[in-house]
Amino acid sequence: MALSETTGQATIEGRPASPIRRAIDRIRTALAPVRSRFSMLEVDTRLIGMIVALAIIWIGFNIAGHGTFITARNLWNLSVQSASIAIMATGMVLIIVSRNIDLSVGSMLAFIGYTMAMLQTIWIPQMIGGQPQPWIWIVTLIVGVGLGALIGGLQGFVVAYGGVPSFIVTLGGLLIWRGLIFRYAQGQTIAPLDQTFQMLGGGTVGTRVGAVGDIGSWVLGALACVAIVASLVFTRRRKRRYGFPTRPLWAEIVVAVVGCVVALGAVFVAISYPLPPNVADAVAKERGIPVPPGGFATGVAIPVIVLIIVGIVVTFLATRRQFGRYVYAIGGNPDAAALGGINVRWTILKTFALMGILAGISAAVSTARLNSAVTNLGVQNELDVISAAVIGGTSFAGGIGTIPGAILGAVVMQSLRSGMSLTLVDSPTQDIVVGVVLVFAVGLDTLLRRRAG
Amino acid sequence: MAMAQPAPEQAPSPMPGATPAADRTPLVEMRGIEVSFGGVRAVQGVNIDLYPGEVVGLVGGNGAGKSTLMRTLSGARPPDHGEIWVDGKLASIGNPRDAKTYGIETIYQTLALADNLDAPANVFLGREITSRGQLDDAAMEDATRKVIGRLNPNFKNFKSAVMRLSGGQRQAVAIGRAIQFNARILIMDEPTAALGPAETAQVRDLIRQLKKEGLGIFLVSHDIHDVFDLSERIAVMYHGRLVGTVNKDDVTTDDVLGMIILGKPLTKLTEEEKAALHA
Repeated sequence: MALSETTGQATIEGRPASPIRRAIDRIRTALAPVRSRFSMLEVDTRLIGMIVALAIIWIGFNIAGHGTFITARNLWNLSVQSASIAIMATGMVLIIVSRNIDLSVGSMLAFIGYTMAMLQTIWIPQMIGGQPQPWIWIVTLIVGVGLGALIGGLQGFVVAYGGVPSFIVTLGGLLIWRGLIFRYAQGQTIAPLDQTFQMLGGGTVGTRVGAVGDIGSWVLGALACVAIVASLVFTRRRKRRYGFPTRPLWAEIVVAVVGCVVALGAVFVAISYPLPPNVADAVAKERGIPVPPGGFATGVAIPVIVLIIVGIVVTFLATRRQFGRYVYAIGGNPDAAALGGINVRWTILKTFALMGILAGISAAVSTARLNSAVTNLGVQNELDVISAAVIGGTSFAGGIGTIPGAILGAVVMQSLRSGMSLTLVDSPTQDIVVGVVLVFAVGLDTLLRRRAG
Repeated sequence: MAMAQPAPEQAPSPMPGATPAADRTPLVEMRGIEVSFGGVRAVQGVNIDLYPGEVVGLVGGNGAGKSTLMRTLSGARPPDHGEIWVDGKLASIGNPRDAKTYGIETIYQTLALADNLDAPANVFLGREITSRGQLDDAAMEDATRKVIGRLNPNFKNFKSAVMRLSGGQRQAVAIGRAIQFNARILIMDEPTAALGPAETAQVRDLIRQLKKEGLGIFLVSHDIHDVFDLSERIAVMYHGRLVGTVNKDDVTTDDVLGMIILGKPLTKLTEEEKAALHA
């Protein structure tokens, strides 16, 4: 019926329907019920679009790289490499949503990373003398995160209460924090780091592995499934209580099943990556058992777990707390936010403090991964972090952006770089491609948004 | 106590003859309000009052200071000099939050909506319902459905960002926000400027209904017919000064137009000036 209507219209307009057009119409008609079903799922179409784009990138590189891209090993490495940028991208979303920018994240990361490295290798050992202590890593981490809150908050204070544009304040920060490293480390590399601290980077020290193994990974996957189902049930109950429309039960089940399959699939990939043979031998010796046929499973890496926790916490702040609501309101209309009685300045300060905390966590992950603090730590990270947020759908006009989108954006960026490295594309060409993709992605997003009106 | 003491001592009525109920305490009394922007004196020594169940129309040309005066009452721009009395007590209004604690709600000409958020988020902006520290979106949506249903029964898009709504629907959100929190004093700045005829009629009905419920309303408008239709009294501003406040029943639209254009109180308008207006 719909088919005859559309073709009929085309003829009335004076253009006889071409066979191609007729074919397109036929496909559209055939897909119409699928599309209407799909809309009942009430899922974020932008996020789906990004996942599709990511799938295309992965499959493309897998073909170009003769099956080297979609392997447990490469995907595991990809997850670890994405973590540091993705952690900071979650905070950058809130900064950009509130119509600000933070150019200093790379330098903050370096400054905090250096401070943490100095603390665990020089300052604390000098103070207590000799023996490494089991608590050093946690003290270091707390100091690093606290320092992040402090310097992020300081920048936020100057932006919010001093009225200096955030571009300028954080451009200054970019120079200041990196310059300060040279003040107290004279450009030296600080290494090696505390052994427990190194686990935060997902690396391996002797028989200690910065990942949770097979059992830990399955537990994690199971927890994720329980959380997905529980949140769906909770939301549905609330809607029912107020008599709001809910999506059909089959749609809820589809969403739950897809969510669980994705979570368990990720776990499966992580445990399919075995420990390297020499580490496996050492582990087998320590436990007094032979190496199993497939080797020991590595499992989900600690930095990825850190990212998941950060992602959940920041998403919670952004969507479930007044703080997040205010950040989005300020981005949508700063005057309306102020007239609504929102303390705009205090809210802005808090977004920058949060960004500093996340830079501190990322600093721990990246120094731990390198097992050292080097002077070019985090150079140009600000560009990757901003790109990740923007590819993930965060709008520079303010008011729009999601945390899961930014995390996916970071994975997209890292997939491009990793895939091009695998296919032996040189580094300058990689930059060109990433630059083109960035502009193209934002251009496409703007176009689609304008159409959606 | 307040009952035992009759009103005459408190709240001197600034404009005899233009106060409908001198025996009652005014809801709002603004005395000697002054606002300057740099060297520009936008509001100069304005006295104005408002009684429960009354609409006071505030009219004047562009730049007459109507909106600025109302912004001092809504807390958006505290006055440089002058006092604001609410219920016969001196009020201190330093920001929009203060104003809201006195039951003063404002519908701004620009609507002041966060366009990227949905209707419930806008209605509760700055006053969210929370349970255990978390936003209770379901409760806010429920309340929003009720309050906006009062204004516009056809309103359905409670999940869309308000930028996707029509002008009338956006206005409904802005009005819903003002009346959700049991306002006692309502400031409406050009509430029908962006609306079509049907929606304008809805807003007029709403104003009459709120008046009946005992709210005091300041109605800022360019539309002299709107003002005549809805107000008990009309205050005219000219170049930052209050020209005068008149009872609607004592004057004609021409009289008020004369005050708006020439900036002189009714008694000082000459017959020639009135005649010139028609030429």
